[in-house]
Amino acid sequence: MNAILQRHRGLIILAALIALLPLALRNDYHYDVAINAGLNAIVVVGLNLLIGYAGQISLGHAAFFGLGAYASAILTSTYGWPVLGAMAMGTVIVGILAYVIARPILRLKGHYLAMATLGIGVIISIVLNTEAQVTGGPDGMSAAPFTILGYTFASEQSWYWLVGGSLLLAVWLASNLIDSPIGRALRALHGAEVGARVVGIDTTSYKVLIFVVSAMFASFAGSLFAHHTPTVTPSILGFTKSVEFVVMAVFGGMASTMGSVLGAVIMTLLPNALAAFEDFEPIILGGIMMGTMIFMPKGLVPTIAKKLRRKEAP
Amino acid sequence: MIESMIQYMLAGLTSGAIYALVGLGFSIIYNASHVINFAQGEFIVIGGISTVALLAAGVPLPLAIVLATLVTMLVGLALAKFAIQPARDADVVALIIITIGASIFLRGVVQLVFGKDIHSLPAFSGETPLNLMGATLMPQSLWVMGVSSALIVVIAWFFNATLAGKAMLATAYNALAARLMGVNTKWVLLSSFALSALLGAVGGIVVTPITFVSYESGIMLGLKGFSAAVLGGLGNGIGAVAGGLILGIVEALSAGYLSSAYKDAIAFIIILVVLVLRPNGLFGKKGIDRV
Repeated sequence: MNAILQRHRGLIILAALIALLPLALRNDYHYDVAINAGLNAIVVVGLNLLIGYAGQISLGHAAFFGLGAYASAILTSTYGWPVLGAMAMGTVIVGILAYVIARPILRLKGHYLAMATLGIGVIISIVLNTEAQVTGGPDGMSAAPFTILGYTFASEQSWYWLVGGSLLLAVWLASNLIDSPIGRALRALHGAEVGARVVGIDTTSYKVLIFVVSAMFASFAGSLFAHHTPTVTPSILGFTKSVEFVVMAVFGGMASTMGSVLGAVIMTLLPNALAAFEDFEPIILGGIMMGTMIFMPKGLVPTIAKKLRRKEAP
Repeated sequence: MIESMIQYMLAGLTSGAIYALVGLGFSIIYNASHVINFAQGEFIVIGGISTVALLAAGVPLPLAIVLATLVTMLVGLALAKFAIQPARDADVVALIIITIGASIFLRGVVQLVFGKDIHSLPAFSGETPLNLMGATLMPQSLWVMGVSSALIVVIAWFFNATLAGKAMLATAYNALAARLMGVNTKWVLLSSFALSALLGAVGGIVVTPITFVSYESGIMLGLKGFSAAVLGGLGNGIGAVAGGLILGIVEALSAGYLSSAYKDAIAFIIILVVLVLRPNGLFGKKGIDRV
């Protein structure tokens, strides 16, 4: 029992926070921000597997988020699919696409990989923007309401619990993956790729696997997003959005699942908190990005954890 | 048929010249510090938009150009000094975030100072199109191509024939050895940013009469410059110039013959194909991992 508590400590704390947070949420707008933070967190938890654990960068993950959103929107509203079917189909399509892409490009390293993922993101975003008969072009399109077994998620409260539950599921999946042999192989890969290869780890396969998993996380969050937002537009899968996801992952803390959640929450709140300084928003955002990376390059949670540990054991 | 071909090639060479300048800027900074400066596109905007502002304030064009270039170089120096130097030991992802943060920051400053409007400059030598074998050519395109070529020649001379340039090359090759030989590598970092800012600013100024400039026009130009540098092989100056020209021409041809909506996508598809076939760019050396 104790061992289980110990192992899932982060997950339990997160569940408690999600359960308690509604006490502080006063209106639909607060709920809306919390829901978006949760959706971003799901993407970032997946992306952090790739960046933090496997040490590979992706500047194109918004494209997978966007593909998931468009798959759900198109399948439910144009073709009348049930929402879960559309969501599953979207996730599978994105998974296959990510697999096809990952094989050749994950051989690239560092900046070349950044360029390749960025390019894929830009291409997907241009295609969705241009094929207006299918996607509605720049005006976007909307998905059918989120209905499961006759129950429609309509109120912000119901969405909050849906997204909160999904986030817990995502965190649970990610931490299981990290504690599995796959997770250990990934950390070996991050530490020294050649070394990992020498001891017999098929590094390419692991990188591909984790790329596919993180793309599917993004697609899943995108599907939920499509049903929650009034309209899905191409702006959700641009280069800027991809960068935002990376910033969330790195800001909260690389190779830290809780850091990912925290990073996503803070970076989602920030633009809302800065709304009063409208004109200064990009300046402050850019300043925070630079400041964090200069003063705590490991990100928020690992830096604080290290400080605390130092206090405990002097 | 042949006229439209020439027409597209001219358009491609004009935008390719700008991509080449931006790509060269990426390569110079990469060589000096192994940093990819995602704020490179902002140098173009700052150069172009401050020339517009100075001109509007009554400063004559040549002086405005010089001042705007100096302003951009100062921004480049500040970026190197306050954002890159303190984070020298950070890893690739952290440095990417820092320069992306810098680009958002600078974009915010430009938006605050100059607003969200789209600005333009008058063409340097009139708007009367020239006729070249049936294709038309705006005189400003000649300015873009001429100034870019001149800059590229000067840069090549700088790296091959001056002590400062050779010191920068030595640092790129092996920073520790360069330091042992008495090269001030901190100075190399700062001058690489100043030099890249100069390239960006001048490119931005000559191209503003054609493409106009706004606070966010640097994003796509920056990405294209990065693509040019990667296409040619990071850190390879000649590669970046070739990459820029190839990118410009491919884009113009695909806009002309295939689809203008997909011209950006086609450029990126070609880069992906090149990267898959040659993971270190067209002219890059094969990388070897050190254990």
